[in-house]
Amino acid sequence: MAILECRDLSLAYDGKTVLEGVSFSLNTGDYLCIVGENGSGKSTLVKGLLGLKAPEHGSIVFGDGLKATEIGYLPQQTQLQRDFPASVREVVLSGCLNSLGRRLHYNRDDRERARMNMERMGVEELAERSYQELSGGQQQRVLLARALCATKKLLLLDEPVTGLDPVATGEMYNLIKLVNLCDDITVVMVSHDIHAAVRYATHILHLGQRQIFFGKAAAYRESDLARRFLGGNRI
Amino acid sequence: MTILQMLSYHFMQRALVVGVLVSLCAALLGVSLVLKRYSMIGDGLSHVGFGALAVATALHLAPLAVAVPVVVLTAVLLLRLSESRRVKGDAAIALISSSALAIGVISVSLTTGMNTEVSSYMFGSILSLSRPDAVLSVALSAAVLLLFVLYYPRLFAVTFDEGFARATGTRAQLYNTLLAVLTAVTVVLGMRMMGALLISSLIIFPALSAMRVCRSFRSVVICAAIVSVSCFLLGVTASFFLETPTGASIVAVNLLCFAAFSLAGIRK
Repeated sequence: MAILECRDLSLAYDGKTVLEGVSFSLNTGDYLCIVGENGSGKSTLVKGLLGLKAPEHGSIVFGDGLKATEIGYLPQQTQLQRDFPASVREVVLSGCLNSLGRRLHYNRDDRERARMNMERMGVEELAERSYQELSGGQQQRVLLARALCATKKLLLLDEPVTGLDPVATGEMYNLIKLVNLCDDITVVMVSHDIHAAVRYATHILHLGQRQIFFGKAAAYRESDLARRFLGGNRI
Repeated sequence: MTILQMLSYHFMQRALVVGVLVSLCAALLGVSLVLKRYSMIGDGLSHVGFGALAVATALHLAPLAVAVPVVVLTAVLLLRLSESRRVKGDAAIALISSSALAIGVISVSLTTGMNTEVSSYMFGSILSLSRPDAVLSVALSAAVLLLFVLYYPRLFAVTFDEGFARATGTRAQLYNTLLAVLTAVTVVLGMRMMGALLISSLIIFPALSAMRVCRSFRSVVICAAIVSVSCFLLGVTASFFLETPTGASIVAVNLLCFAAFSLAGIRK
């Protein structure tokens, strides 16, 4: 059953179309990597999927009872967050924001969910530490735990390994794959790392201001497009 | 003169009650404002507040009744401007605050001239607080405190990561506006005591001091509140006994506190 479907989607800034002709469909448990060069419309598509940007044309449909506000979003790291005084627990707990509803404060269920996700991401012993003092890899695992608090079905990750060292990058990819396989959570990831994309993902969406390729990762690997994009080397 | 004598004056009692509440509000809001890079909004609003108070005096209107709505509207406007990409937010603040200051100065010079009342708007005076002002101040600061406590989880989320908060369905715009409105009210209330030129330090200093030593959001908020109220009480007491201007004395105590916390933060 399709959990996410884009039909002939176009997105624009101030009337100027930056991405058009995007049509794809994902089933529960799929792992999609969105690739493409800078300015190809990847970040714009993320905004569209999150409902922060209304489509100029076409539509985005969620299935399986998913709402746009129930996506576990891991944003690109901004400078703003890096010097912010907040404990790991506070950051992860803020992922439960969308389950507050009319309540004003978090309850015991929210706190338990935050604790469980910290444990799963291996950051539970850092709970009282300050987010700004953590290493880049630890910070990303904290943000992944926060994203997991916000969703049961779909993770949307915007360049989650940018700026991480190779070890932390590998750990991050493994954690994401683990969540994808064990919890049957659908993953949509924007990535610059095309080699990892074809290794971990089940599906690839290649953008260049329009949809250039959508299909299974195995088929993408065999395509001429991928060969060019990968720099002529077969993987 | 003893502390007891100081407390026996009615104007001092009023000043202490209002001052403690306003300091508390300023500290709580200040943490979010500093972290969201909105510190300059507080400064801009105080100049607008001065303009509004000066015009109200010239027209013989109740100062707070004019200044509160004007400054609240400006706060909402400034927020919109700093969110739009077309106008640079900091330039807009400079533009609006200096214009308001100019209008205030002109209306003062055309009517009463630079008298002590105008000087009290600029530099603050604990004598300037009338009884209705005090009652209104207490009510408004209670409202600010209540809203801050009620919406604490949402304000944290919007301050820490607005993108994430919006993605999970939080109306970030609404909470940003709430912050701006609460700040506007606090600025106007604090202005009578601190003066237009000094009120923004009441918002910024406690948050900055707390951030030198505390590492979680909750502890920064609590620490800023304690710092703010203690510095206020020390500053007022010092100004009473040393006969120095109230607002300036409070800022001086805050500066000392910031220096001490910075040293403690470096050694840690």
